Amino acid sequence: MSLVARYLEENGIPTVLIANARDIVEYCGVPRLVFVDYPLGNPCGRPFEVKEQRQIFALALDQLENATAPRSTVQAPLQWPGGDAWKRLIFSAEQPFLEGEVYDDWINAKKRYKELKDAGKV
Amino acid sequence: MSHVKYIDKTREYYLGQGYEKPYEWAHFDEVPFARLDKPLSEARLSLVSTSDITVRGVGDVDDHAEQLFVGNVYSIAADTPLDQLYSRQEHYDKYATTLDDVDSYFPISRLHEAAAEGRIGSVAPRLHGVFTAYSHRRTLTVDGPEVLRRCREDGVDAVILTPV
Repeated sequence: MSLVARYLEENGIPTVLIANARDIVEYCGVPRLVFVDYPLGNPCGRPFEVKEQRQIFALALDQLENATAPRSTVQAPLQWPGGDAWKRLIFSAEQPFLEGEVYDDWINAKKRYKELKDAGKV
Repeated sequence: MSHVKYIDKTREYYLGQGYEKPYEWAHFDEVPFARLDKPLSEARLSLVSTSDITVRGVGDVDDHAEQLFVGNVYSIAADTPLDQLYSRQEHYDKYATTLDDVDSYFPISRLHEAAAEGRIGSVAPRLHGVFTAYSHRRTLTVDGPEVLRRCREDGVDAVILTPV
């Protein structure tokens, strides 16, 4: 997603990312980021929490208006309720990121990609 | 607690799973920057997301697995009713949360609200999904240009992107 933002920006269209994985986005380098320190999957606020979704969305619009230089990061002033355990557990042996059918889907997709690549189709 | 270091975490995780070569995350020293050339209240906005946003009953399901690695750009009408949208994305923290609310990763309702309130000028007729290509080169030479083409066709002035 960061690469697409960069491409649009290089071609004159301003962009703002709303993202959960701050390190990945900032390592790539994007013009504007609203960082939401929530688990992967909810960059725009907790499910069905409209008030905080509006708060986050407003930060993104503010970034489009107010940022004056690239690598502008704003962190939403929000904390995931129930503590930080999810930060320790993500990508851990206790909580495998992909498992069961989801893991199989991922492996199959990888295999298919390799076949296509070997056949010169991607 | 500070933010999660996903680059370090995923490197350790996949090395632990027997992968020898860590994924190389994209990295650049230079970052482009474009200014909005009109007031936000006159600007047309679109969304772009890797959340695998899908319209119920539509979509080429057969090559879904393929697109996950190869990459691809597709569009959905911005006036698609919220209850017609869902995500097929499997790569999220399923222990901590859900993708049951589209607006928590594809803020289509928030975008329409902003237009209705006059905070932005208008919503583009099309919003876009991008499958995360395994190849950075593909994103920069195929998918990025395709998103740009569609945005230009629709007169888009600024874009909000939501990675999932």
